[in-house]
Amino acid sequence: MTASSDSACRTSDVVLAARDIVKSYGNTHALKGVNFEIHRGKVTTLFGENGAGKSTLMKILSGVETPTSGSIVLDGEPVIFNSTVDARDRGISIIHQELSLAPNLNVRDNIFMGRELRTAYGVDFAEEARQTAALMTSLEEEIAPTTLIQALRLGQQQLVEIARALSVNSRILIMDEPTSALSAAEVELLFKVIRDLTSRGVSIVYISHHLEEALEITDYAVVLRDGNITAAAEAKDIDLEWVVRNMVGENFNLGSPPEGYDLGEVALSIDDVSIADAANPERSVVDSLSLDVRTGEIVCIYGLMGAGRTELMEAIAGRVPMTGGRILLKGQDISRLSIADRIERGLGLVPEDRQRDGLVQTMSVGANLSLASIGAFVRGLLMSRQDEHALVDNSIRDVHVKTAGGSAPIGSLSGGNQQKVVIGKMLMTEPRVILLDEPSRGIDIGAKAEVFRLLSERAAKGLAVLFSTSEVSECLSIAHRIIVMRRGKISAEFGPDVTKEQIMAASGEAVVA
Amino acid sequence: MTDKRRNDSSPATAPARAGRFSGLSVGKLLLEGRAFFALIVIIIVFSSMSPYYFSLNNFLTMASHVAIYGILAIGMLLVILNGGIDLSVGSTLGLSGVMAGFLMHGVTLKTFGVTLFPSVWVVVIVACALGALVGLINGVLIARFKVPAFVATLGMLYVVRGVALLMTNGLTYNDLGGKAELGNTGFDWLGFNRLLNVPIGVLVLAAIALIFSVVLTRSVFGRWLYASGGNERAAQLSGVPVKKVQVYVYVISGVCAAIAGLILSSELTSAGPTAGTSYELTAIAAVVIGGAALTGGHGNIRGTLLGAFVIGFLSDGLVIIGVSAYWQTVFTGSVIVLAVLLNAVQYRRPGRRADKNGTGSISARTKDPASVTGAVTKKTAG
Repeated sequence: MTASSDSACRTSDVVLAARDIVKSYGNTHALKGVNFEIHRGKVTTLFGENGAGKSTLMKILSGVETPTSGSIVLDGEPVIFNSTVDARDRGISIIHQELSLAPNLNVRDNIFMGRELRTAYGVDFAEEARQTAALMTSLEEEIAPTTLIQALRLGQQQLVEIARALSVNSRILIMDEPTSALSAAEVELLFKVIRDLTSRGVSIVYISHHLEEALEITDYAVVLRDGNITAAAEAKDIDLEWVVRNMVGENFNLGSPPEGYDLGEVALSIDDVSIADAANPERSVVDSLSLDVRTGEIVCIYGLMGAGRTELMEAIAGRVPMTGGRILLKGQDISRLSIADRIERGLGLVPEDRQRDGLVQTMSVGANLSLASIGAFVRGLLMSRQDEHALVDNSIRDVHVKTAGGSAPIGSLSGGNQQKVVIGKMLMTEPRVILLDEPSRGIDIGAKAEVFRLLSERAAKGLAVLFSTSEVSECLSIAHRIIVMRRGKISAEFGPDVTKEQIMAASGEAVVA
Repeated sequence: MTDKRRNDSSPATAPARAGRFSGLSVGKLLLEGRAFFALIVIIIVFSSMSPYYFSLNNFLTMASHVAIYGILAIGMLLVILNGGIDLSVGSTLGLSGVMAGFLMHGVTLKTFGVTLFPSVWVVVIVACALGALVGLINGVLIARFKVPAFVATLGMLYVVRGVALLMTNGLTYNDLGGKAELGNTGFDWLGFNRLLNVPIGVLVLAAIALIFSVVLTRSVFGRWLYASGGNERAAQLSGVPVKKVQVYVYVISGVCAAIAGLILSSELTSAGPTAGTSYELTAIAAVVIGGAALTGGHGNIRGTLLGAFVIGFLSDGLVIIGVSAYWQTVFTGSVIVLAVLLNAVQYRRPGRRADKNGTGSISARTKDPASVTGAVTKKTAG
């Protein structure tokens, strides 16, 4: 047990403990002797950057992987989990970030998937439905057992997933990033359910990148860094700064707005733009929004999931049609141009989902980098390999991609370096305006700082930068101006000297807190 | 600092994979050059079993059989690189031959009271244009109207075959030699003549292979094709005209099928409406044996050619040593299954976690690049 953890918690409170867990993959040590405890009826939150070992630890606790050395103690007895079924039988369930429900089946069938209740003649649907209804009632979400999963909102799907875990009498529930796709109201509901579960004696392990949000629900905080537990404490004794300090190991500064030059003319003008909700065309997901970004300026859009940030970004880039308004690039209306034409004129988007929208996984680092600017190295009918290599090498140096070279497969890079490739691809087109939708998603804080430094350098050279984020600390870094979006509209606009509390209040987050 | 940090799940699988392969570099070599080694094994085995197999003449004869499949397979490769499939090529091949036969026998224009006998180059162009039209319909259905490629081209398989049967009333056009006095001789040149002792069909295959080899590796279209096949959404956001690329690959596939149809009917000096039935499957098999991934983005001309030769040399070899036609089917099928199996091994990617979960219900996480993601995305987008 780590020295810093609270001596007040007696061993009887510990339902599951990992002792000196080491997990090695060849020469890589993902976990280096980790001691981790889960307290009965409490929420234990595991903080850590990407690659710190959080997922590996959770995989070991849920039986997906076996540790290289060390032991797991359940209720004071050492246990060995050979599979997730083993772990599940002992009351440990894990809910992954991406839900594992079959959308084409109904709630009842999902909850009993793989362990259907049998009668002599087949499946006992009536009993399954009865138990499902009882579970959903206990979660205070009355969903009919025969409702199809695809008809449910994400938050409700999450509850079905929880119901499934409870249906096997889970005493320990591991939740990996459960709120990443939820609306504020759904998060509130989830937290209420978690509180309810803990009051019934269920122990929760909670993992989240949304630090502020996670702290609200935490009873015990544990921080993992580079395969070691660096700190553990009760929630009442700690704050956000404590978490960040222990995660990062130093006081990390994401930078400040670049200075020493005057902002130029308006580069990008968003004029009265409205966008319909894809799921519900009656509703506007972006509602008559206007915003100007000037040459050399860095503007940050802050908003919760569902505030319309992604839709706005995609509409500016030309991916999503607008229902009203205009987009002006250097005074010219580009609203009707194709994506390719917009890139040609100097507008590039770094999309939110790197794997889905940013990278071609089957191609090399170099081919990914050069994909948006092939025209720059076409000679006659064919591409010039020499010119392409020169451009790619230049770009790799320019955005500091750590790779074996342009011909390395894109999958060989870490998340942060992949993100730099996506950004480098757009910078290679020599844009005047760059849009970045959650550029820090899924990358560690070191890479995050590098990305921000890069953007700030480019802005100083005359690039207009518009980026969105859902982390308040990122707003208060390099942005000259902070726009808060709420339900498709700009709810507030701040300078760089604003406080986190002001931003969160304007976004509607205060309601959750 | 960041280069050492991998995404959460990647250290789990990457070293394991490296360990499996780097220790066995011979295994890796065999895996990557599998089509080539298979071809060598086929040649060695059949040469030892029959004295007739290993001779230049036999190789040239077999190569002219391969030419038909090879040309179809190159068109199919482009479609498969795009993440699609073209089931209509066999029918298009048949229709192209029928169209050639129809034109060679003269077009009677009743209103003018004349019968036109177009010269051979006109016949070739019309047949190719017909192939392009079939491809265009496929492409527009798939790119513009979002019909799944499998369904759209399956429909065209029936429609095109039906049209060929209607045109001939189910009969076959024989005697495509043309008449000197009508000025339309020379159609048999494609199938019968040799240049430097090499059948013309083989030379056509070589030319098409060379052209598309350059197109794929050096042209903008080639890069667009690999990008939109690998990840359509990412390609689109990078300014790649993904719909245009999609339409073009089906047009090219249609033209390739038409060329193959011309060569086949020239070889046979007859054009039947049922020619080329099930050839689309052989073409797909050649592409798959050549190492292309059916999910798109992976594959090249060299592999596809090898795949076509493996299939052609195998089935001709079986004929030569006198194996019954039923066994031939079994052998060919087994080779295809084996090829797909090996493809699955090759394209198993790091980050796609081995799912040891008992219920199998925990989905692969998408933090890492997973081939699954690409495939799923493509399906929802197309």
